[in-house]
Amino acid sequence: MKQWLERHVQTMVGSLGRLWQQPFATMLTILVIGIALALPACLHVLVQNVRAASGGWSNALDVSVYMKQSATLEEAKSVADRVRKRRDVSDVTLVSADEALEEFRKGSGFGEALDALKDNPLPHALIVRPAEEFRDPAHVATLTSELKTLPGVDVVQLDTEWVSRFNAILDVVRRVVFLAAGLFALGILVIVGNTIRLDIENRRDEIEVTKLVGGSDAFVRRPFLYNGVWYGLGGGAIAWLIVAIVIMVLGDPVQRIAGLYGSSFALHGLGVEGSLALVLGAILLGWFGSFIAATRELRGIEPK
Amino acid sequence: MIRFDNVWKRYPNGREALCDFTLGIERGEMVFLTGHSGAGKSTLLKLIAVIERPTRGTLVVNGQNTATMPRKKIPSFRRDIGIVFQDHKLLMDRPVYDNVGLPLVIAGVPEKEITKRVRAALDQVGLLGREQNRPIELSTGEQQRVGIARAIVGKPSLLIADEPTGNLDPDLAVEIMNIFKRFNEVGVTVLVATHDVHLIERYGVRRVIIEAGRVAGGDAEPPPPLPSIVVDRVEPS
Repeated sequence: MKQWLERHVQTMVGSLGRLWQQPFATMLTILVIGIALALPACLHVLVQNVRAASGGWSNALDVSVYMKQSATLEEAKSVADRVRKRRDVSDVTLVSADEALEEFRKGSGFGEALDALKDNPLPHALIVRPAEEFRDPAHVATLTSELKTLPGVDVVQLDTEWVSRFNAILDVVRRVVFLAAGLFALGILVIVGNTIRLDIENRRDEIEVTKLVGGSDAFVRRPFLYNGVWYGLGGGAIAWLIVAIVIMVLGDPVQRIAGLYGSSFALHGLGVEGSLALVLGAILLGWFGSFIAATRELRGIEPK
Repeated sequence: MIRFDNVWKRYPNGREALCDFTLGIERGEMVFLTGHSGAGKSTLLKLIAVIERPTRGTLVVNGQNTATMPRKKIPSFRRDIGIVFQDHKLLMDRPVYDNVGLPLVIAGVPEKEITKRVRAALDQVGLLGREQNRPIELSTGEQQRVGIARAIVGKPSLLIADEPTGNLDPDLAVEIMNIFKRFNEVGVTVLVATHDVHLIERYGVRRVIIEAGRVAGGDAEPPPPLPSIVVDRVEPS
């Protein structure tokens, strides 16, 4: 076991040393892999961020109940209490007209214009959150129609329309990311495979000699598999770096935009898990690409 | 140790290298294989090392039938054979140490042991101290001896050599042959193909002369020859 490990470490280091001897060629391969991986990785980060910014599903399914302008705060409170008792409702938040105005003043930038108004034009409102198990469209529709019949209620608004549209778009984008990732992964397999093929061609004599003195297919393949692993690791690191740079460059402006919209949203990077997945995925791709190429090529090289 | 029974070898281009070839070599023997170039000596050695396979007939080496040996078994089979090539087949970009140690690395021998055995092998061919040289810095004779060191480092039970003295001047050739003789004296079966008739005359060693893919003479093999089975072997057209 110790010897086996020793051999592997030796092969691993030896393979790294060989790559090091041709820094330009190695760097090119690694850069190509890195760039190919960075594109889907950036898209993925983008989608993750958009999803985070849109707050996910639960908020989006809230039902807004606007009371009539004439309804008093007490009436609104009693309606809120009644709604709160419903089985299909998990939470009700009462937003009084004053609170709504205050929020609007802060968020919209129309503060001074609002001061010109004599009365508060906003009604009291309830934000009703459907209970978890009643969040499907049919139940939410029943809930809205019943809310509409409550005394003092003016309008019930359910913003699922844009949410579902938005989610549909996001879904498409996510699939595009998957497809892109798949295509780029295939591309990386081809790149690594071809690079390994050339490596093997360059070392044909050595492989023949090794086979002549009793080297098995697995033995002659091993250094090339490590080459693939190194290519993958290097490419993964480059991709990670590119994503990090993109986040760094876009981070400030995005935060400024978010700030302008009264949001504290900030761009998130890959995170620890995402980074690990990226690098490990890259290593796996490198290994697999070289495995396919080496297995195929090496069988054909026999001593003559 | 080696048993050719009615072996035929025909190459894809139609050339017939061995025709109904029968020969036995006992364990511990030393045999010189002579004949003109193209007589089939190299093919014979290639068949023994399973670089080529017999077209027909059986060839048993070390108790294993090479005609039916699965591909996967070949590497471990070759590890018990030391092969010396006329063109050395050394890795020119690696130091002598790596070249000689390669069979041991393949066999998974621990590094310390490799160092010891590589030095021992180099000592036996008179190249101790040249571990860090690259083959390119050595003379042809020295390169050949590196090849021999690599062939014997794994302590094989069979050593085969194809024209090991082909490009060497007479003094060096004798030196190389003496090395082979010494190995034979410690029990290794040695089979050397050479066309250098003058050289081998001074060794009291069994000779087998090959001509046009058949045994054409030489010393009778110590074991009685197998009765040649007269099956209607049609000459392949």
